[in-house]
Parts: sequence; C-alpha cells; structure tokens
Amino acid sequence: MITVKNITKTFKNGDVVTHVLKGIDVQINSGEFVAIMGKSGAGKSTLMYQMSLLDHPTTGEIIVDGHNVTDLTHDERTKFRLDNLGYIFQDYALVPELTALENIMVPLLMQGRSDEEVMSIAKKSLEKIGLGHRENNLPSQLSGGEQQRVSIARAVAHNPKILFADEPTANLDNVSSEAVMDIFKSLHNQGQTIVMVTHEKEYTTYCDRVIHISDGQVVA
Amino acid sequence: MSNFKSSLKVGIFLGVRQLKRASRWTTGLIVFIMTLTFLNLVVVSGILIGLIVGGNNANREQYSGDVIMTTLSGKPDIVKTQDILATIEGNKDFTQHSERYLSGATIEANYKTRTNFNTKADTAGTQLAGIDVDRENDFSNISKYVIEGSYLNPNESGYVVLGANVLRRFSSSFGDGFDSLDGTYPGDTVKITVNGKTQEFIVKGIVKSKVGEVSIRAFITRGDFLRLVDRGSLNANEIAIRRTANLTDDQAKDILVSSGFDQYAKIQTATEAIPDFLNQIELAFGVLGNMIGAIGIVVASITIFIVIFINAVTRRKFIGIMKGIGVSSMAIQISYLLQSLFYAVAGSLVGTIILYGLLVPAFAKHPVNFPFSDGILVAEPSGTAIRVGILLVVTLIAGFIPARMIVRKNTLDSILGR
Repeated sequence: MITVKNITKTFKNGDVVTHVLKGIDVQINSGEFVAIMGKSGAGKSTLMYQMSLLDHPTTGEIIVDGHNVTDLTHDERTKFRLDNLGYIFQDYALVPELTALENIMVPLLMQGRSDEEVMSIAKKSLEKIGLGHRENNLPSQLSGGEQQRVSIARAVAHNPKILFADEPTANLDNVSSEAVMDIFKSLHNQGQTIVMVTHEKEYTTYCDRVIHISDGQVVA
Repeated sequence: MSNFKSSLKVGIFLGVRQLKRASRWTTGLIVFIMTLTFLNLVVVSGILIGLIVGGNNANREQYSGDVIMTTLSGKPDIVKTQDILATIEGNKDFTQHSERYLSGATIEANYKTRTNFNTKADTAGTQLAGIDVDRENDFSNISKYVIEGSYLNPNESGYVVLGANVLRRFSSSFGDGFDSLDGTYPGDTVKITVNGKTQEFIVKGIVKSKVGEVSIRAFITRGDFLRLVDRGSLNANEIAIRRTANLTDDQAKDILVSSGFDQYAKIQTATEAIPDFLNQIELAFGVLGNMIGAIGIVVASITIFIVIFINAVTRRKFIGIMKGIGVSSMAIQISYLLQSLFYAVAGSLVGTIILYGLLVPAFAKHPVNFPFSDGILVAEPSGTAIRVGILLVVTLIAGFIPARMIVRKNTLDSILGR
C-alpha cells in the first residue's frame, strides 16, 4: 500500500542544517495497522508527514497505492489526500465554526457528492462513533474524547485507503483513549489500513506491527 | 470544472458558517465601516454636485422654467410675442408660462432726505421687470420669497418689489463693485428712471432668492411697465415656459423651434440657459467628490484587508488542516471572498437604505444653506449602482489578497504553526 524508498528530510535554518530522516525504507501493506514509535525528536511524525503527503521528502521516493506521489504538484497532492487518505491529529483539529456533523461533511462535499449523500454518510458516521445526538454541537461544546471521535469520523467518512493518526490519544484520558483505540481496532477489522504515530507503548498491542525510529533511521 | 463546482460549494459552505458564527459585534463593526465608506463615496460627491444642481433646480423653478425664450442678439424684444403665447396656451403639453418685459433702469432712493447735493445720489442700476402679477406668481412662486412687505397686487399701480441685491443691507457681500441703495424699506418711495423717463414708486416688498435673476431685478406690474417704458407693442423680452412630464426639455424646445419661433427669439432649455461655467463647476465638484470618495475606498479596502488578514492568520492552523484533509485552496479562498462580499453588500445595502430612506428626503426637505444655492443631495441610482460596484470589486480584491497569502503557505507549516 505504501512504499517508502530511501527518503531523507533535511531542515535548514540559516546556517544550521538538521537531518531529521536519514535514508528510510518502509513498506506498509494493505489492511495493516502499523504503529510508528520513537522518542521525541526521533523523526516519527516527520516520517508520517512524508508518507501522508503533508510534506515533501528532501530525497527519495514514496509510492502510495501504486502511485508515485513524490513529484505531485500542490493541487495534485491535495486531491490525492482527499480521495485516498484520512487524517487524525493529536489536537483533534476540528474547524471551530462547524458543528460535529458539518466537520464530517466538508471532505465529502469536496469530493463532489450530492447534498443528500453527504448528509446521510455524515450522520451515519457520527452514529457509528456514538455521537449521533451531538451532531449540532460545536467542537467547543464537546469533550476532548468526543472531539477526537468526531475527528475519526471525519477521517474515515469518505472511505480513505489509508488512515493516518498522529498521536491520537496524547491529549486524552485513559477511558477516552481506550474508546479511540477500540474504534481503530474496529476499523482495522473491517480492512482499513492504519498508520499511527504514538509514544504510548500500551496501544501498540492493537497494531500488527511496530516501526521503531531513532535518530532519523528505522531501528526495528 | 467539477473541482471548481466542489470548491465553490465548499467555499460557500465554509464562508456562510464562518459569518453565521462570527462575533456579531465584529461583524456589525465591519459592516458599519463599510456603510460609512459607501456613504462617504456617494454623499460627499452628491452634496458637492447638489450644491450646483440645487442652484440649477431653483433657477428652473423661479426663473427659466423648462424652456426659456429671450430676445435675439441685437433685437429689442421678442417679435410676435402674442402669437407665441397663443401657441403655448393652445398646446396641452405646455402647462405654464410667464412673459416678462424687461428694461435697464436706475432706481434712486432717499432723495427726499438728501441734503448735500455735492455727494452722489443714492442710486442703483437694475433690470426692471414688468410682469403679469398673478401669472408670474403661479409660475415662479415669487411671493414665497418676499422677505419684507408684500408681493404686488394686480389691481394696484405705482408699487415696486425690489430684489434684495438692489439694497446695500442685503448685498454688502458683493463689495463696492455694484451700486446699491441705502436703507430703503417697504413703504419708502423710490424713483425709477428708464430711458430718461422717471416715475415714483412705493416699495411694496423686498424679494430675496438665491436665483440671481430674481434678487437683482425690480418688479412692477406689466401695466406700469408699459406706461413707464412707453413701449408701443406687447412684445415681451422673456418668456419662461413649463412643460408636462410627457415631454423632455429638448422635445418642448423642438416644438417651439418647429413652429418657427426661433426666428423671433433665442430658445433654450433650462440646462442650456445655465451659464457654462456652472456646468464646469458641477463637473469639477464631481471629480473632487470622487477623489474624496477614492480615499474612503482605500481606507475601506485596507480595513477589509486587515480584517481578512487577521482572520486568516489566526485561523492559519485550521486553513492548514482543511488543506490537509483535501479542501482545495480555491474553496478556502472562496470562503474568504464570500465574507468580503458579505461585508461590502451589507454595508452598501445599509448605506443605500440610509441614503434613499433618510438622507435624500432629509436634504430635499432641509437643503443645505449655501451662500448661492440651497444644496440638495444628488444621488442618481445609476451613479450609486456604479459606486456599489466599485466598492464590491475593491472589497473582493482586498479580501482575496490576504486569503491567498495565507492559503499559499506550506500546509504542514500551517498545521504545525511554524
């Protein structure tokens, strides 16, 4: 599903050059639930940003679902993300002016679906995560756990091929974290490919495989 | 095409919700600024132009009517005046007219109390107008402008109504270049001399208007005029005509020209009768108003730019996230364009309601008292529409630029706030 070939990522800040990824090769198969772990600053989030097309690697090649996405233009990458990828961010990243339902509707509308279809899918997605009664609530009216569940619903509503989650439980209490991980488990059981960055070892038990990153390199 | 359609749909979806859930105070303040900008754009030039147009309207109401016939150059009067009047009266497209008999005259006052004959007599040159008292009043409502004493009575003889500018106490602002009469109040006696023939008149009233032709003339009855001037015919010097709404000024003029009356009189529409320099001033004021309005536009565009820029900067993270989940840059830009459009439309709408519901009627009822005209507020719908259009375009550009600046930032940098 994802093939990462010898990618590097270098940041320059004036004369200071920082090599964050130092030639990484990764293969993630369709339907896999993979965790990327590592210490703070190891490069795990940076690796996920490259794989999820949120950033460009300095060198190397990334192939997603058979497409070499390394040299896509800005607009092509946006379109590719819309059609193929789903994102869950650490801080939920819901649009504050939109209700729970409207947040889920945005990517569906962007795909050009009809209003009726968008509404139907969005409502079903909310109900699936147990928040059907909160559809008209703004993010500020939801708890952290509820916001993250809405964020998951938004990420999967349009049936992405790959779901990326960047430390999705980092800001949640244990109960909410368990609930989020249960949703991931359920999605994985339905065949969803999931790539999750985490530093919480206990949640790697939900995963098929763990990729350990240290100092910009895959160590295990 | 489908991407544009989706972007448009999502842009509207986001823009509408951002507006609906924005702070009402902030939205109200921005709309208020846009309203002031709109009013600045329309009202400033409207008052400047209205200063001249108000004068022109008064000229049309109190002096020229819609079409005015005057003596041809080098001719003493309008030949065949009676034929012309008969034609006018017989045409139902002409509603009113007033013929005036004019002659240069000298008026002398205070001669009964004059003790030193070595000093100059208290005299003033003026244009003496013989009028059909009732017809002139019906036509120009001249009696409304009598500020002292009263208007002429058609059944009386030997009375004169003096234009205020003939009197020094009203015309001091003209300086020493013009002779004017000292004192002189209703009830005083004055001597009027025309072509060496002098007659005493009792001052019946003083008429004061911002229309020069009214304030610089002395009015007596037509009968008194014809006796004093000893004119052998009933040929007038000026015929002011009012038309129905069915005709334009030009069409009314054409009727008179096609009747061949241009052989006997100079025929002009009210607009043509206005001195050209006044038209030039009107144009200059229009340009001046637009220049002042342009400053307002710049201020409004900067305001919108700042508002959208701050909005976009503070929401940069969410803009990044939206791009991250696949929302196109175009959709995000459209959402900001929609907000700019809302501010401009709302401001223009409120401004238009204030303009036509409040300001224009208020200025019409209470014109601004300028020294030489009663200024009204001129706001032609077509001109207003053009200004609304300009405001919309400028606001859209001012909203688009900051949105584009933020949207073009790297998606990941926006999400991570770096």
